[in-house]
Amino acid sequence: MADVRHELRHFIVQNFLFGQGQDLSDGTSFLENGILDSTGVLELVAYLEETCDIKVKDDELIPDNLDSIDAIVAYLGRKRGTSVTPG
Amino acid sequence: MCGIAGVLGLDDAPPVEESCVRQMLAMLRHRGPDEFGIFLGDGVALGSARLSILDLSTGQQPIANEDGSIWIVFNGEVFNHPELRTQLEARGHRFSTRTDTEVVLHLYEDAGPDCLHRLNGQFAVAIWNARERSLFLARDRVGICPLFYTVADGTLVFGSEVKAVARHPKVQLRLDPLSLAQVFTYWSTLSPRSVFEGIREVPPGSSLTVREGRVSLQKYWQLSFAAAGESAAADGDRAEGEAVERLRDLLVDAVAIRLRADVSVGAYLSGGLDSSVISSVARRVGTGRLDTFSISFSDAAFDESVFQREMAEYLGTAHQVATASYADIARVFPDVVWHAESPVLRTAPAPMFLLSDLVRRNGYKVVLTGEGADEFLAGYDIFKEAKVRRFWARQPASARRPKLLQRLYGDIARVSGTGPGFLSAFFGHRLTEVDAPDYSHAVRWRNTARTQRFFSEGLMAAVADSRKTEGGEVEYPADFGSWGPLERSQYLEAAIFLPSYLLSSQGDRMMMAHSVEGRFPFLDHRVIEFCNRLPARFKLRVLEDKYLLRALARDWLPRRVSQRPKRPYRAPIHRCFASDVAPGYVRELLAPAALRDSGLFNPLAVGQLVQKLEKGLPLGETDDMAVAGIVSTQLLHSQFVASKRHTVPLDDRDRVKVCRQQRVS
Repeated sequence: MADVRHELRHFIVQNFLFGQGQDLSDGTSFLENGILDSTGVLELVAYLEETCDIKVKDDELIPDNLDSIDAIVAYLGRKRGTSVTPG
Repeated sequence: MCGIAGVLGLDDAPPVEESCVRQMLAMLRHRGPDEFGIFLGDGVALGSARLSILDLSTGQQPIANEDGSIWIVFNGEVFNHPELRTQLEARGHRFSTRTDTEVVLHLYEDAGPDCLHRLNGQFAVAIWNARERSLFLARDRVGICPLFYTVADGTLVFGSEVKAVARHPKVQLRLDPLSLAQVFTYWSTLSPRSVFEGIREVPPGSSLTVREGRVSLQKYWQLSFAAAGESAAADGDRAEGEAVERLRDLLVDAVAIRLRADVSVGAYLSGGLDSSVISSVARRVGTGRLDTFSISFSDAAFDESVFQREMAEYLGTAHQVATASYADIARVFPDVVWHAESPVLRTAPAPMFLLSDLVRRNGYKVVLTGEGADEFLAGYDIFKEAKVRRFWARQPASARRPKLLQRLYGDIARVSGTGPGFLSAFFGHRLTEVDAPDYSHAVRWRNTARTQRFFSEGLMAAVADSRKTEGGEVEYPADFGSWGPLERSQYLEAAIFLPSYLLSSQGDRMMMAHSVEGRFPFLDHRVIEFCNRLPARFKLRVLEDKYLLRALARDWLPRRVSQRPKRPYRAPIHRCFASDVAPGYVRELLAPAALRDSGLFNPLAVGQLVQKLEKGLPLGETDDMAVAGIVSTQLLHSQFVASKRHTVPLDDRDRVKVCRQQRVS
């Protein structure tokens, strides 16, 4: 999970902060700080689907899941948790 | 149209050198290649580069009044000049030409600065009154024709374009940090600023008088709306029917007087409602054939040529199309910036540059075009966005209300998901501040300002410094608070975006680059003043835009065109600047060394943006604006600040008329 967190941070800093990530903590809200616009959210989702091998459902496209590095890591944990659940 | 320029010493001034004016005029050759004129007086000079449209044989400028005490150079058109001329002749004025320029001159003789109220047109004018030793500069009501000036070392220098002003030896160009921050927020500077330090524009609807070394600015026309609840029409169907009739009469006349010219007049056809209405009226009231011109895109996502062809066939016009590819846009972009004299956060001016080239190659000098309807009859999505936000602000917790925004912005349909979370984040900014004057534009301006993340530390510090002394925020007229919500948002579009971007970077400058004059029937001040008295429901009804114009258009256009939803005119950005199609200059200007040279942008951040661009992924709105903004600012710096671009000097092959005058008693 530490790797995921690290890579995610790298992705956010490179793509949305253009290398200027000094003020970004794991709990920083992307939305409150204007880090993501509407296409940015879609870029983020495309990245998660490609690199984490998941499918983000429409009803999961909410700030609770995607608004900070912490929120995404927790969401990915839940996703993986549910994906191994039988049934 | 034409270009004008001039010089006035504010103190006890030495004579102005003819060579100086010739150099300034050479920079305006594209605006008026047909003939040139220079007036040299006592410490003053006026210059004209003329595109002959009226009185081709004897209309060369400058023109003087009967006793040679008042001299004029003029850019633009006065469409009601025949009526004004008749009145002036009745009062004893004698005319030596058939031009509208001479009409303005005699009218000024009679009425002074008040003459401006009588003009229906688009213009920038300079008048030297030798008896009073005063210089009068003025611009049309909405700012169709440009006019810049500066005071450098006791000398006032003016011109239709900054590049002419900059030819004066006392003028040095530097980019103004606060102006750059404005462009990277509002898409343009806020009038009267230009993007260059110390260079100001004469604001739309204003005149400048210079006398005894003092420069004073007067406003003669103010963009204004009916106070809320005091709009002209009463309730009911009868009022609507009357409003349609009145708009019809005004538009027909606005088009008819704009067909007055001694050369053929063509029309732009975008495929949308506004230009279709104008072309349709021109077809009805005009006598000759009508040629129409359109831009199409090789990228189908931006292309509207199906609708353009449909309209051209319906009207029976001879139709010509200029196609813009990614490579075309990137290829002409340096020239676009050279003419626009401003950074642009869009590439949309580039196709307009290609289009005016097509018009000119077809032998046309004048086109009718549809700008203004979106501002004054309420066509823009931002008016709907503001309306939805106000509706939502009454119940901020509602999950349903913000979803109305999906109707406006297709690309947010997916992110809006099932909850209001993301919509609230993107459009909920200052949601409940419904009384704030910038309420309608707060979201857009905030989003656009995100492009400033690429500014260098030095530039950001300079911006912060300037703000302390100069402010640089939007100013609102005194009666702004009395207008309704729609009218307030219309004002912001019509006072900022319209003159300072649409009519300049995307309008006059792109047309005049190829010596083509645009004429704008929707910007006839009678049409504007009528529209601004209409109740809001005649403009934006629920979320149906341009309600009254659509009602009127049913008589003139196929229903498919009159009822077609508005589609914003846009051009591709990032695909034009990716290295597989972009010319070498793009890489050069975005390289760290070039960025450090200009000192305006952060090389690390721009490097990341370039990487993103090269990956070939579709960039979002903000990144797109940043790419266009950075490339154009770098171009501006290299063409105007770091070096001076050369141009063809006036020589023996040019028709140059020079008039000299010594002191007048």
